[in-house]
Amino acid sequence: MDEAIKMKAENVNFFYGKTQALKDVSLDIHAHSVTAIIGPSGCGKSTFIRLLNRMNDLIPHAQLIGRVYLDCQDVFSHAADPVELRRRVGMVFQKPNPFPKSIFENIAYGLHVNNIKDKDFVETRVIESLKKAALWEEVRHRLHESALKLSGGQQQRLCIARCLAVSPEVILFDEPCASLDPISTAKIEELILELKKEYTIVIVTHNMQQAARVADYTAFFLLGELIEFNKTQELFTAPKDKRTEAYITGRFG
Amino acid sequence: MKKDFSQTIGFFFLFCCILVTILLLLTIIYFVFVRGAKVISWEFLTQAPRAGMTAGGVAPAIVGTMYLTLGAIMFALPLGIAAAIYLCEYSPQGFAVNIIRMSINNLAGVPSVVFGLFGLTVFVKFFGFGVSMLSGCLTLGILVLPLIISAAQEALLAVPQSMREASLALGATHWQTIKKIVLPTSLPGILTGVILSIGRVAGETAPILFTAAAFYLRGYPKSIFSEVMALPYHIYALMTEGAHPQQQTAIAYGCALILLFLVLLVSTVAIFIRQKQRSYYG
Amino acid sequence: MYIKEKIYRWIFTVLAFSSFVFLVGIIIVLFRESLPLFQKVRLFDFLLGRFWYPTYDPPEFGILPLILASVWVTCGALCVCVPLGIGSALFLNELATPGQRAVLKPLIEILASIPSIVYGFFGMVVLAPFLQQLLHIPVGLCAFSASLILGIMAVPTVCSIAEDALSYVPRSFREASFAVGANRWQTLTKVVIPAAGSGISTAIILGISRAIGETMTVLMVAGGAAVIPTSFFMPVRPMTAAIAAEMGEAPMGGLHYRALFSIALILFLITFLFNIIAELVSRRFRLKLGLAQ
Repeated sequence: MDEAIKMKAENVNFFYGKTQALKDVSLDIHAHSVTAIIGPSGCGKSTFIRLLNRMNDLIPHAQLIGRVYLDCQDVFSHAADPVELRRRVGMVFQKPNPFPKSIFENIAYGLHVNNIKDKDFVETRVIESLKKAALWEEVRHRLHESALKLSGGQQQRLCIARCLAVSPEVILFDEPCASLDPISTAKIEELILELKKEYTIVIVTHNMQQAARVADYTAFFLLGELIEFNKTQELFTAPKDKRTEAYITGRFG
Repeated sequence: MKKDFSQTIGFFFLFCCILVTILLLLTIIYFVFVRGAKVISWEFLTQAPRAGMTAGGVAPAIVGTMYLTLGAIMFALPLGIAAAIYLCEYSPQGFAVNIIRMSINNLAGVPSVVFGLFGLTVFVKFFGFGVSMLSGCLTLGILVLPLIISAAQEALLAVPQSMREASLALGATHWQTIKKIVLPTSLPGILTGVILSIGRVAGETAPILFTAAAFYLRGYPKSIFSEVMALPYHIYALMTEGAHPQQQTAIAYGCALILLFLVLLVSTVAIFIRQKQRSYYG
Repeated sequence: MYIKEKIYRWIFTVLAFSSFVFLVGIIIVLFRESLPLFQKVRLFDFLLGRFWYPTYDPPEFGILPLILASVWVTCGALCVCVPLGIGSALFLNELATPGQRAVLKPLIEILASIPSIVYGFFGMVVLAPFLQQLLHIPVGLCAFSASLILGIMAVPTVCSIAEDALSYVPRSFREASFAVGANRWQTLTKVVIPAAGSGISTAIILGISRAIGETMTVLMVAGGAAVIPTSFFMPVRPMTAAIAAEMGEAPMGGLHYRALFSIALILFLITFLFNIIAELVSRRFRLKLGLAQ
């Protein structure tokens, strides 16, 4: 493992009220690579990824014990700013969630809220982001139409472009293809492979083939515990834990 | 056989219930429209009353009702939206929220005449606004506040949580998310709620009896500290005061027609828009 | 950046408490303006006194006639609005085709917005003379007319709330009943109505609360005589009507003025109580159907 470590979770325990959703999870996320998190429903994989940009802050009665670092800085420390963190660690959600605004405004939104007002800069950045998200050709003539008119797959790529526009360092994908058809899924996977050159990527997925296709590293979660974490190829060909083997050979979940 | 017989009787009874309800309500509307239409004329809509309320028009009352309604909404709208934002966006549970919710529920059930007494004591006397448009607007505003809060809450709750998450995940602050995403998305819903409450305010009489209303004014109110005429109060006054019951009843029919027309128009529009919005959100 | 966020949060918190402030304000005003009355008049004599002669010398402040008038008129109104409102709600929820529902539901909502002054006016100029002729009674403006018009007025409210309650009854309840061979009427009376029972009671309680507090209709239609009612065809003066009719003439700060505030206080306490009961009942209803924690 020669790449630098971008994010790091250390002995993370997470509780929703009295229910423990994560048990003592420690995980390193390598820079400029794709880390996949797999596991059956309810294993805590979504909870984990949402900790990385503190989206779980919104949930009442949730409690965290443990530490999460971004570039060696504790993101949950008192001095840390969740807003700043979320600008550096972007997120693409399960269901495409464009704002009920135009395509252009959707992508410019992240810049506006970060007080970037220079019109030319915003326009360049919007175009650049759309190109990176492989959506430019499809929408170049209707940038000012409502984003809700796009198809599901296009909407999801729009959400990716929206995320890229604020130039994050890490992008979290929470089951980004859960509601998409196979062709759109293939496009998104292709895009993820392209994006890892510039960004660090974490992806939660239900689909083991997807993890095998896009990820450099894979982590297997079960009932809130991190069971196994390794290079994807090794995890799939030579799992060390019986439970991992059972899962990847389809014996449960 | 017996089983089906009781079903037929029962269903017939339920059908009669709704039929009677609708017919009764339509009868009221019918009487007001048919008898009111006789006195409606351009003069009636645009002139001030003359000859001891037996001739002329009711324009000052129409204008007064509009002023009172607008004023009340302008007072209650910011408060109502703010309260709804606090309840939906900032603090969905806790002790403070329970107190606020309880207050809203109870305020909604306070009899309107009690609001009138409150306005009389606080606005007319204590603050010294006198019997004036201002006192009336504030009193009506408090009365309509719970309605506006619940309409705004409904609209805010209809904004999908995923919108808020998307915005926060882009590094927007809580307030930016509310201002740029949540409020614009819920605005149409909030506005329909507001339109519905306009209907309620326009028809209220008891709260303005002692706080704002005058039976007879020569012209339009000059400032927020002058008394106003209002359609609902005018109907009441025409029926209980004055020396020419016959002519006054005819004019009262005209006023009732205008009031009913305005209120039904406003609420029909609001309810149809809301129906559309609900099906849009699924 | 953070200070700004905190300021906004504070602003909203403060503004959100406005309802609380107004409610407390109302309570304070009612107590402050009415309590001095009880230095002169015993609470017992006030509540149970049989004579309301506020402007005689010496005045008498017994509000029993007013309370009884409110009770009579409200009970009468319930006899109208409960069967009609709940019957309509059941029809809408159980029998109406989607097409009928799409027309009737909004129609009832629109009708709910007819202002009370219009009901009062209608009662005065159409209903009262009509009843007077039909029933050969001495005066048309009486408890009976007031009950009728108040009842009609409350139907849309009761219907909407009851309809909401019915729509929360899960489909599975009905299916289970059909599955054991019950027909639609049996399912309705033995399963749906009991399941929605407390929701329907909430509708009735709120209907009562609305009817007691209603002012303009009773002021115009009930007749206005402050005597203990002995028949439905007598003119009566409910509490709200007394306040609205007499406040203009009562000298500010005098005993009459205080007595009217005392009536308002009692009225407020009654509706407050009913609202709390309604809330408790509806909470139980949601719990029963598993709609709330």
